[in-house]
Amino acid sequence: MELQIFQIIIYTIACAALFFYLILDGFDLGVGILHLFAKGDKERRIFLNAIGPVWDGNEVWLVIIGGVLFAGFPDVFGTLFSGFYTPVMILLAGLIFRAVSIEVRSKHPSPKWRSIWDIVFAVASILIAAAVGAVLGNLVVGLPVNEDGHFTLSIFRFFGPYQLLLGVTAVALFAMHGAVYLLMKTEDELQEKLKNWVKPAIIAFLALYLVLTVATIAFFPEMVATMNKYKFFYIVPVLGFVALLNVANMVAKERFGRAFISSCIAILFLVAVYVIGTFPVLIRSTISPEYSLTIFNSSSQILTLKYLTLIAAIGVPLVIAYGTYIYRTFRGKVVLTEHSY
Amino acid sequence: MDPLFLSRVQFALTSAFHYIYPPLSIGLGLFLVIIEGMYLKTGDEGYLKLTKFWAKIFGLTFALGVATGLVQVFGFGSNWANYSRYVGDVFGSALGAEGVFAFFLEAGFLGVVLFGWDRVSKESHYLSTILVCLGAHFSAIWIVVANSWMQTPTGYKIIGEGAQARAVVTNFLEMALNPSSVDRLTHVILGCWITGALLVVSVSAYHILKKKHVDLAKRGLKIGLYGALAVLVLQLYSADVTARGVAKHQPAKLAAMEGVFKTNPEGEGTALTAIGYVDTKAEKVVGWKLPGLLSMLIYRNDKTPVPGLDQVPRDEWPNVQVVFQSYHLMIAAWGLMFVIAAVGAYKLKRKTIEKAPFVLWALILSVFLPHVANFTGWMTAEVGRQPWVVYKLLKTADGVSPNITGGQVAGSITMFVVIYTMLFAVFIFLLNNKIQLGPTDDDASVYRDPYLGKK
Repeated sequence: MELQIFQIIIYTIACAALFFYLILDGFDLGVGILHLFAKGDKERRIFLNAIGPVWDGNEVWLVIIGGVLFAGFPDVFGTLFSGFYTPVMILLAGLIFRAVSIEVRSKHPSPKWRSIWDIVFAVASILIAAAVGAVLGNLVVGLPVNEDGHFTLSIFRFFGPYQLLLGVTAVALFAMHGAVYLLMKTEDELQEKLKNWVKPAIIAFLALYLVLTVATIAFFPEMVATMNKYKFFYIVPVLGFVALLNVANMVAKERFGRAFISSCIAILFLVAVYVIGTFPVLIRSTISPEYSLTIFNSSSQILTLKYLTLIAAIGVPLVIAYGTYIYRTFRGKVVLTEHSY
Repeated sequence: MDPLFLSRVQFALTSAFHYIYPPLSIGLGLFLVIIEGMYLKTGDEGYLKLTKFWAKIFGLTFALGVATGLVQVFGFGSNWANYSRYVGDVFGSALGAEGVFAFFLEAGFLGVVLFGWDRVSKESHYLSTILVCLGAHFSAIWIVVANSWMQTPTGYKIIGEGAQARAVVTNFLEMALNPSSVDRLTHVILGCWITGALLVVSVSAYHILKKKHVDLAKRGLKIGLYGALAVLVLQLYSADVTARGVAKHQPAKLAAMEGVFKTNPEGEGTALTAIGYVDTKAEKVVGWKLPGLLSMLIYRNDKTPVPGLDQVPRDEWPNVQVVFQSYHLMIAAWGLMFVIAAVGAYKLKRKTIEKAPFVLWALILSVFLPHVANFTGWMTAEVGRQPWVVYKLLKTADGVSPNITGGQVAGSITMFVVIYTMLFAVFIFLLNNKIQLGPTDDDASVYRDPYLGKK
């Protein structure tokens, strides 16, 4: 019983890490996805510097997800990263190029240099967003996990239709989230331009999300099994939808801070929908349900889970505390100085 | 196209490339704390210029450390899934601590260090620099603790059988403070300080040679050179402690490092081979031998024989030639660094450095030596531990992911070689740009609209 409590605690920490990653690196990726729509060196520099001081810290949440899996559910960590071998390599390439492009893009005055790295930044961001979405899509579809707890997957199966749909939806989500973030950081014409992008971005995302929901209910009924059993859970996607509408509402009212918070809340409910649909399964086997890796059959033993909980209990509040300080230091509109990217 | 062999190659390549950057970040981090501290203490704007210059270089090395570091942690899962399954319960929490306590700290406050100059007070900025330096050092701690557990495992028990067997932690402190952690962490941190110091020395010597920013360059050179010399001396002591630790806990590795094939009879000390060639088939080393010296170094008497590889089953021998030569190359690199640093420090003290171009060139080129030492040191440690990935518990061959193909790994190796070559070119290009510009006020890479006049 005690073991199960800690298994749930570590799972919650992993989900929290996923949530923080999506709302934080989500806007970094969103800015990247939108980057080529900014025209001219000044606008593009403003985009880069909107995330400049904070993107690196945001990306650490991805490492945390990996770390919590490695420590808490080592079988899942190994199975996931080796089963998704080629997609992981693609994701890594995207992450490397995204990091490097931000760092080097403005370091040389040549227009060719800057254009090339602008494209790299945008393409890498789209790739990362799509890969994250496709991974989640594959987890919904289920994977051919065998009795040894491993699976192999062809790249075509990785990019199947449902997975691609989720990948594209993720790109749309981050684009919307990034646009809302940029509204807080920009002013004058650029901000006006962005205001005009947010509405179509929300509509695009909502449309895709609708298609995604229909597809999920039609082809992967396990995802809504819990919700159908406990009808109370229907409120979660409804609240998510309300939060999304509120984003558009707040943008129209020019309350951009609230719009961003609504966007974060919408993402929270999206994560919640995924959790409700999959709990306690981490990797669902399409070969046989008894081969599925769950939080109850794939965890480390209780002592490690307790250590992890202690580390998180000390570390996460610390991170949130000084993270808040750092964000507050850089609040307000982007100002290009000699230190900027 | 064996996935095991290719995975080993990939891990070696990605680790070697990654390890260029964290030592620079750790060493430069400390250097920044020193020079920004001098600025706050003396109010001398020269130190501020120096701080801003080196902070930009730090930002570059840090970014590349992060980019290549992601590859490392994902690589555990992708290519070494069985190893991850085996060790996750033991030091997974150590790596979790690394992420939570180290990475957030350094990545977070780096934003303030690089971009917060006009937004926070001088004191707050300095605190941020200190926290970045601390974060960088913390990140070394946990990964070295994890690797040390792989070398000298304690604080664990094995559960399960056969292919399902795994190690689980029984005591976090015992696991973290295993017999080699402290020695190896000291050795690694000192190595990082030398790496950072010699980059400072190299760039400063270059500026002095080109007669640019000479006053500021001399300040950097002074701190870097005297610092490097002091740490090189400390490293000698750390090396002794660490090697004796290896002799005690990993005798097979020590035997390979020193090329000791035969255990001498009781009362007969073992010779040290200062330089040589290993003939594994004939089970001997051909080279310049100093009688009794190895026993002296390890046991402090020249009579106790050192256990040789004859005490180790043949199929548990590491690659003796590789381990022996790496180890000796590492020491040679140390020797060369020490000589160059000593001569340079002497010239600096006598104020004759500006008229000594040969010495300046040696100082400029010395930047490569810590990287040689770091690389060969890790080769010694990791190849010397083979065939084990966890010493005496799990063979490397049993740790590889069972569900990957040689083709996949060949593809990812190719990808990494291409990307890392490009990355390295970009790194050198930008580093050189910054060095050529030097610590001045007018930053030429600052806002120049390249589209001005175009569409």
